[in-house]
Parts: sequence; C-alpha cells; structure tokens
Amino acid sequence: MHAPITSTTRLPIGSDADLAWVRQQVRQAAADLGFNLVQQTKLVTAASELARNALVHGGGGHMEMTVLAEGAHRGLRLSFVDAGPGIRDVELAMTDGYTTGGGLGMGLSGAKRLVKEFTLDTRPGQGTTVTIVDWVSGLPAPRTGAP
Amino acid sequence: MADHDTAPGTAKELGAFLERRREQIAQRWADAALFRTVFTVSRDEAVEACKAVLDALADVSRSGRLEDVEAPGFGTVRDQLGRMAAARARAGFTPVQIAGEVAGLREPVTALLRAEFQDDADDERVTACTQALAVLTSTLRLVIMETTVSAGEELIARQRQQLLEVATPVIKLWDGVVAVPLIGTLDSARSQVVMESLLEAIVDQRAAYAILDITGVPTVDSLVAQHLMKTVAAARLMGAECIVSGIRPAIAQTIVQLGIDLGSIITRAGLADALAYALTQQGIVVSARPVTEAGPR
Repeated sequence: MHAPITSTTRLPIGSDADLAWVRQQVRQAAADLGFNLVQQTKLVTAASELARNALVHGGGGHMEMTVLAEGAHRGLRLSFVDAGPGIRDVELAMTDGYTTGGGLGMGLSGAKRLVKEFTLDTRPGQGTTVTIVDWVSGLPAPRTGAP
Repeated sequence: MADHDTAPGTAKELGAFLERRREQIAQRWADAALFRTVFTVSRDEAVEACKAVLDALADVSRSGRLEDVEAPGFGTVRDQLGRMAAARARAGFTPVQIAGEVAGLREPVTALLRAEFQDDADDERVTACTQALAVLTSTLRLVIMETTVSAGEELIARQRQQLLEVATPVIKLWDGVVAVPLIGTLDSARSQVVMESLLEAIVDQRAAYAILDITGVPTVDSLVAQHLMKTVAAARLMGAECIVSGIRPAIAQTIVQLGIDLGSIITRAGLADALAYALTQQGIVVSARPVTEAGPR
C-alpha cells in the first residue's frame, strides 16, 4: 500500500477558474516533490483533462491531492470526483476520438497515457471517480514488504 | 438567532435613544479612525457622515429589524459605508480589521446608554438595550462586509474583462506577417477573443501569414489544442497560413502522448523560426550586409 505522508488537499471543481487553480496547485505540488519538467507538464495536462471532464460531464465535483511515499520514492495521487450521471460504456469512453461533449475525445484516453497509474470507478447515476498516480522517479516504487 | 431576539419595545427604545443622543454620539464617532481618515475635508464632514449612519441605525431600530441586513434603513447609507470600507481597505486594512473598527463604534454608545440609565433602577431595561445595540452593530458590520465583498467581486469581473482585451495583442512582424503571443490560460473566452483579433488583423494588414506563439501558455491540453486548431482553420479560410510557434520540449512530448494530431498545422519551435519560415515562403531573404560595403569600423 502507498502510505500517505501528508494530509490530503481538496480543491473544488466548479468553474473554469477552478480548473486554472487545480492546474496551478498540481504544478506547484509536482515541482515541490521534484518531478522533472516533462513529468510536471504531463501530470498537469492529465489533471486538466480529468478536472474538465468532472466539470463538463459530471457537473462539477472536487479533486483530492495526496502526496505518497514509498521508501525514498515520492509520488502524487490525484482523485477527480464528481456526482454526475456516470459513464455508461467505459470502453467506448476510453476510445480515442470518442466524445459526447464536442471536444476532441482525447481527454480520458490521453490522460491515461500521460501517467503511470490510472483507475476509473464509475456507477451510472452516482458519479465517477478517476484516480491517477505518478512517481517522481518515473517508475513505480518496487513492491516491498513481501517476506 | 433565537437567543438574540429583541422585544419590539426595546428596539423602539433604542431607536429613540439613538435619535435623542444623535449629536453626542456623532461627536464621539467623528474621532474614530473609520470616519476621521475617510472624511478628511473637515471634522464637520465626519460628524455629518456619522449622523447619516446614526439616522439609518435609528430607522432600522424603529422598524424592529435589528438583525436584517436588508432592512430599508440601511439603504440610504449603503453607498457611504461602501466608500468608508473601500477607503480603509486602500489604507491597507484587512476586512477583519475593518470589521473590528466597526465593532469599536459600539463602545461610546454603550457608555452613553449606561450613563443615561444610571439612575434607573430597572437593570433589565439597560441590559436589554445594550444587547439590542450589540445586535444592531453586528448587523451594521455585516452590511459593511457585504458592500466590501460585492465591490471586490465587481472589481474582479471588471479586471477579468480588461485582461481579455489586454492579453491578446496582435503584432505586425513584417509586411504580411502578423503574430499573437499567447500568454496564460487559453480558455474558451480567451481563445474567442484571440481568434477575433487575429482575423481582424489578417484583414487589416492583408497578412498572408499569422503566427500563434504559445511560449507563454503553461498547459496545452486537448481543449487548448482544439482552440488552436479552430483558430488555424479560421485563419486559413481568410486566406492566411497559420504557424504555431513556441512549442517547448515538454509540451511537445505531452501533446504526442495525449494523442493529439497537430500534423495538419505548421509548427516551429520558436517565434524566430516561424518568422524565418514566413519570410522564406514569400521569397524574402534577410542577410547580413556584406562586410565590404559596411565601411570602415
């Protein structure tokens, strides 16, 4: 398990201005943790896509940002939570170019390619939670604890 | 707040007291920083301002709506209160400090109130009146806070509008070559303004080449890319070729991994490269003057 070493920061996603704030906060946190510029840019871009999804498709929600530590490795976990209609066909939604909102249809699938770990949890009528994790080294920390 | 419920009789009594002692209270308030530093022309001016606030408070008391920030009595002094709060804010005071100053106005009134009822054996009346006064001053505080906040919101909305216009200059780089240096977040509203001013410039300058420089755009996600593509397509319809420049290495890697295809757009790493491309396409050759013709150095 990833042990969080600091408390979780919770940011609202309710407007375009909130999206800008989310991007800034993620960039700041990633820079503070020592992510290199390329990693920072990828993480911020993925966060921007997912936060916008939560706003446009989920009707708004919030992001939870948690700093992770596994041994000497530092990582960042971002959860985008909305209480919208949910995604009926996840496979279709993850297809490049598929869109219901008039965008390019690259947000969800693109965000997945930009980060190390990507989990999508959705229940029709109850909302969607997308969680992404990235590690400073660019590689997930080796699993420890097995005897 | 049920425990602050004030009997109508007490509220009326407080109103009558404020009216009766109008002159004395105004004289005391006029020396408070809240009035003194805002109405600086003369002390009389400050006293008049105090009286205006007092009249409003007396009016609110008589109406019995001590806790109601929407009470009609406040209407007449709302502007004045807003100006006072704004002046204190400009002087570097935080909203909390301003609220503290407003709360400070209660003290001299309470003192007068106690003095007047000194000989009165009915302690309960004094207590009721001072409590009513406390409720009234906290409502006044809320009214002032409200005017401050709404003034701040108006300011933000105005500045946002100004930013939209300021942040999108179209620059003529050469005959027939215009450029827009994009800076900051490229949301839908911004990109609309960018597109409009760029298309106008293409017409005005009869430009054949338009350069969109995204050096100052921190994040290029799929929406920003979509806005760029639409702008490029619109410029193309106007007969101008669009070049997107200022693509940093990190942005380039991100765009590729995101899966966005910018293949149909001419892109260059820097603004200078984009200008060089536009010039070459027009057959313009810019070269250093030959040394032999440059004359003695």
